[in-house]
Amino acid sequence: MIQQDVTISRFYKRKMPILWWTKRRSHIRFIVRELTSLPVAYFAVVLLFLIRALSQGPEAYAAYLATMRLPAMILLHLIAFAGLIFHSITWFNLAPKAMVIKVGKNRVPDTMIILANYLGWIVVSVVIAWFFIS
Amino acid sequence: MDKQITLEIFRYNPDEAPEPGFQSYEVPLNKDWVILDALNYIKDQMDGTLSYRWSCRMGVCGSCGMMVNDKPVLTCATFLEKFAPGPIRIEPLENFPVVRDLIIDMSDFLTKLQKVKPWIIREEEGSLEEEYLQTPSQLADYKPYSMCINCMLCYAACPVYGLEPDFVGPAALALAQRYNMDNRDQGNQQRMEALSDDHGMWQCTFVGDCSAVCPKNVDPAGAIQRYKVEGAGHWWKSLLLPWGKDK
Amino acid sequence: MKFRTEPFWWSLFGAGGAISALFLPILLLIFGLAIPLGWIEAPTYARLTAWVAPILVRLLLFAIIALSLFHWAHRFRFTLYEGLQLHHLNKTVAVLCYGTAIVLTLFAGYTLWNF
Repeated sequence: MIQQDVTISRFYKRKMPILWWTKRRSHIRFIVRELTSLPVAYFAVVLLFLIRALSQGPEAYAAYLATMRLPAMILLHLIAFAGLIFHSITWFNLAPKAMVIKVGKNRVPDTMIILANYLGWIVVSVVIAWFFIS
Repeated sequence: MDKQITLEIFRYNPDEAPEPGFQSYEVPLNKDWVILDALNYIKDQMDGTLSYRWSCRMGVCGSCGMMVNDKPVLTCATFLEKFAPGPIRIEPLENFPVVRDLIIDMSDFLTKLQKVKPWIIREEEGSLEEEYLQTPSQLADYKPYSMCINCMLCYAACPVYGLEPDFVGPAALALAQRYNMDNRDQGNQQRMEALSDDHGMWQCTFVGDCSAVCPKNVDPAGAIQRYKVEGAGHWWKSLLLPWGKDK
Repeated sequence: MKFRTEPFWWSLFGAGGAISALFLPILLLIFGLAIPLGWIEAPTYARLTAWVAPILVRLLLFAIIALSLFHWAHRFRFTLYEGLQLHHLNKTVAVLCYGTAIVLTLFAGYTLWNF
């Protein structure tokens, strides 16, 4: 058994600074990736309020559209859109790490799974966009 | 006059001073040298008191892990010339207590390693005559995770381990998976119970640095995410189909 | 085996991450940028309401909204814990995050049910 009562008071312990994640590029990218959860939640609420406006009548819907046209909102949505894109890209790129799929004996290559994800993303986006453009 | 390069090395000796410091050494900038060669040169020719771990000097024993310019690397596999003109900062592996100079205390990792039960677990021991067959394809399922040399670069790279020392950590989880995915092993349930607590797989937030620094391409991050999927599936199954028999 | 909630929250996080990655960008592009900036015309009230009305569409919208919220809750909880090292507030942060997601999900369910 490992001896637990080693005199560790002599050992030098280094502490992690509060802004530990600013020291390395991979960590900054990690925190930015994690913070994309904020635009995700934000737009889920925006979507919720759209549905609420619809259920309240045409005036509420018009007011909603007017709010969305405010310059501050458009700027916010530009930033949020960048965040959502970063979320999607990082999500689809990392997805094959968690799901290892085997066809018979062979493992499906990661790139195939990533491509399938992106394909699904494109299909969903095109289908939805088609409703609004036509 | 041959080219030289400066190494700024972390020194700590609690018998001499309570606080650590850095000491600079100038060594020849040899094309063929790795950091370990420079350290051995310093110890042989300049300062015999410099303390550090090393053994195989060819990247299979996992002893010589250190922070070189803030990156956890195997010093036997990192060329000096890469850092020219220098200086190069050498520090002990991050997130571990320092015993002396570049030597860290790894007893925490060894305790955690025991926790994952890194051996073939059978429900019933077979006789000595019995063979456990394994096809090449079955071997391939877990082979990357078996390549771990316990060098702990992944623990040095993992910010979650730095923030939360009780986190079981990347290598331990990858090694758990090495056995979970071995068709000869029947210990999934035991390991799942041990690694589903607050400091097990669920504390990982997929930073991914562990896989980035691993010198053996073990991909502990991938192993952990797969473990989470398995753990979640196991959780839902036990909730929705409680009459099923656990493996 | 001791009953743990982590796998449950993580499952919602995973599903939420996938569904938000697929659906939210295009929806934000349309409602947050394309329509306000005049690139495309806003659908009429009647048309949009007709699209949202079917039960399957409302279920899909509920899934998108609810799972996205729980994705945020789980992820943000860990971001606060790790980013700001709020160890002593661990329980509080978790309750606030999941609690907010639960409340908003209930509101979403109520709104979509009575559409």
